[in-house]
Amino acid sequence: MTDAHDRVLDRLLQLARDRYGARAEQLHAGDDLYAALQIDSMEAMDLLTALEETFDVEIPDYELQEVRTLSSIAEIVRQRLP
Amino acid sequence: MRTFHGVTLSWTVDEAVLEVKLHRGPCNEIGTAMLHELEQLAALVDDGAAGARAMLIYSDRPKGFSAGADLRELHDGMKGLRSSSARTLAQVLVRRAGAEEPVLATVRDMALGAARVGRRALVQPLVVREVRRFLRRIHAVFDVLDSAPIVTVAACHGVVFGGGFELALTADVRVADASARFAFPELRLGIVPGFGGVPRLEREVGNGVVRDLLLTGRSLNARRAHTLGLVSQVTARGEHVQAARRAARQAARFDPASVAAAKRFVKPVPRARLDAEIDTFLEMLRNPAVEAALERFVTSTDVRPYLP
Repeated sequence: MTDAHDRVLDRLLQLARDRYGARAEQLHAGDDLYAALQIDSMEAMDLLTALEETFDVEIPDYELQEVRTLSSIAEIVRQRLP
Repeated sequence: MRTFHGVTLSWTVDEAVLEVKLHRGPCNEIGTAMLHELEQLAALVDDGAAGARAMLIYSDRPKGFSAGADLRELHDGMKGLRSSSARTLAQVLVRRAGAEEPVLATVRDMALGAARVGRRALVQPLVVREVRRFLRRIHAVFDVLDSAPIVTVAACHGVVFGGGFELALTADVRVADASARFAFPELRLGIVPGFGGVPRLEREVGNGVVRDLLLTGRSLNARRAHTLGLVSQVTARGEHVQAARRAARQAARFDPASVAAAKRFVKPVPRARLDAEIDTFLEMLRNPAVEAALERFVTSTDVRPYLP
């Protein structure tokens, strides 16, 4: 993966820790974010908004529909960075 | 009635503003109970809004303004119609067979089997009739709110989906906090929005935006909605109701007759498109895929159940 990907991943991990506290302490790049944090549909929407605010991007919901690991979410975000 | 406290919503008049609070858990799903109370609200607005000169509508549910139509109620209603229709058909067949015990039990089983085979043809007209009644009622309410002679402001946060988005679109002005997301996920169920959403969205934004929202099912955040002109103001999280209240109180200072005339001029009700929407919705409802999609939706545990 590229440096840009790794930078996004680091910020994503930090975002998860800020939002979910202890639940996110043990998160790794390959983890299923939704399963690891027990995120429901409403929280998933809130997380999408947080991603868009944090990285100043717009991500259509369907881009994340089949994507579950932190690393793959980071890649979706990287592709949309200005 | 200057104050009302219902099961799904409440209102009060404060400083010439009719403040309507939606408070049905989990997220103000619009079913028959909320429709009944919205009809009472529409009657009040139609009768002079208790002297109010503006209206504010907002939600106290943490998850959002409204998640839209009560799809669980629709799903259960369709199932109820199906089973009661099957029973009725079985009873008719049994009666016509003139059977008596113990032959009756066998005839009843055969009749139930026949009823199941024929249930779709039997039940579908009933479903369409009931849904048409519901849509006519909700359109009547939304038309009153849309064309009210007072200024209406919707304060939106969190989930503003489907029927909830359609309710927000009846307002003259929308204020959103940073958590708000707007979507029309209906195509996931094989239908179009049925509460007047598309004609009202077409009135606010270009057809390209309508197509993007409807044909992909994606949601828009508050900032994007603001850029598109769908939302007038974006606030920090939790500050939207106060901002919307200030906008409503400002509007309430204008001369009522002038406001009514201005609204008639700038906000025509898209009557022909609203009628066409009901016809399109009911036509799409006849597709067997809708019932299957509804079943999948109400049993889904996916984090994005609004997408296929």
